[in-house]
Amino acid sequence: MGSRIYLSLVIMILTIYAIRVTPFLIFRKEIKNRWVRSFLYYVPYVTLAVMTFPAILSATNSVYSGCAALVIGILVALFGGDLFTVAISTCVAVFLVELFL
Amino acid sequence: MMKVCPSSILRQTMNGKLFIKGLKDGIPIALGYLAVAFALGFAAAGTGMNALQSFFMSFGMLASAGEYAAIMLIGSAAGIGEMIATTLVINLRYFLMSCSLSQKIEEKTPIWKRLLLAWFVTDELFGISSAVEGRLDPVYTYGAAVVSVAGWTLGTVLGVVAGEILPDRLESALSVALYGMFLAIIIPPARKSRFMALLIIISMAASILFASLPLLSSISEGFRIIILTVVTAGVAAAVRPVSEET
Repeated sequence: MGSRIYLSLVIMILTIYAIRVTPFLIFRKEIKNRWVRSFLYYVPYVTLAVMTFPAILSATNSVYSGCAALVIGILVALFGGDLFTVAISTCVAVFLVELFL
Repeated sequence: MMKVCPSSILRQTMNGKLFIKGLKDGIPIALGYLAVAFALGFAAAGTGMNALQSFFMSFGMLASAGEYAAIMLIGSAAGIGEMIATTLVINLRYFLMSCSLSQKIEEKTPIWKRLLLAWFVTDELFGISSAVEGRLDPVYTYGAAVVSVAGWTLGTVLGVVAGEILPDRLESALSVALYGMFLAIIIPPARKSRFMALLIIISMAASILFASLPLLSSISEGFRIIILTVVTAGVAAAVRPVSEET
């Protein structure tokens, strides 16, 4: 189990480094293509949305507290909460809901 | 006695100053990293990774979404191909950042400095490095990286330890922290732009469809993320290309 984890980590560390280092070694020119730039601009938002939902619903001890975390997280983010505030409010939401379950 | 050229002394002191400026600018980044990495370490502990493995991951990858995907892939015993493909797609934006930074450094920047700088291309370090006026001397980024990488790895290890010792109730509450942070990243742009809001709703809807429909849910998590990301972001880029400034 341990060696499989290290092997996986080495593979992923090398992959992510390859992405970062290639432009410094080969390309050296800024990408001008509008579609490529737009695509890369949208990628993180889509990825984070996909990874957050529906996973957040099953992350906690109960689906109800997961739902509460999702709703509170979105609300606090909508009202301008920063990274830390949003994260803490989702945790508090889960804790409170699970107190009453 | 060794003869020292005055210009090389000047360069050395300038390098030192620049490095220290980087160290200072890295402090707020490190504080932010501490919290995000804590949540990541917590998630890593949840899939059975220990402190050393998590430290190794954070030190080598320096990526929040990328590391979360790595944890998920390790947890689901993904194959090598799936690990490489998912890591490529999720972290593709660093390619763009490296392209941009490779233009900002002096053309004669030695290879070892390039190799080291590439390791530190994160959203935040890229941000402050691009904000430098004129050419970027990588020494500045190295300074900021020393502090922020320390915060990032320390946070991860603390998160793992917390994941191992905290009682079940707190563990359940803390396990949504990372998702909370993800929401904090994707919701503000959705508030500003109706298109972004629509994009995020579509992404989430497609995600739950893929997770629950009989045939689609047999696709492993890594490939699910790849397919959804490439298709959704690809269509979005064709429908609504972003303006040059972004």
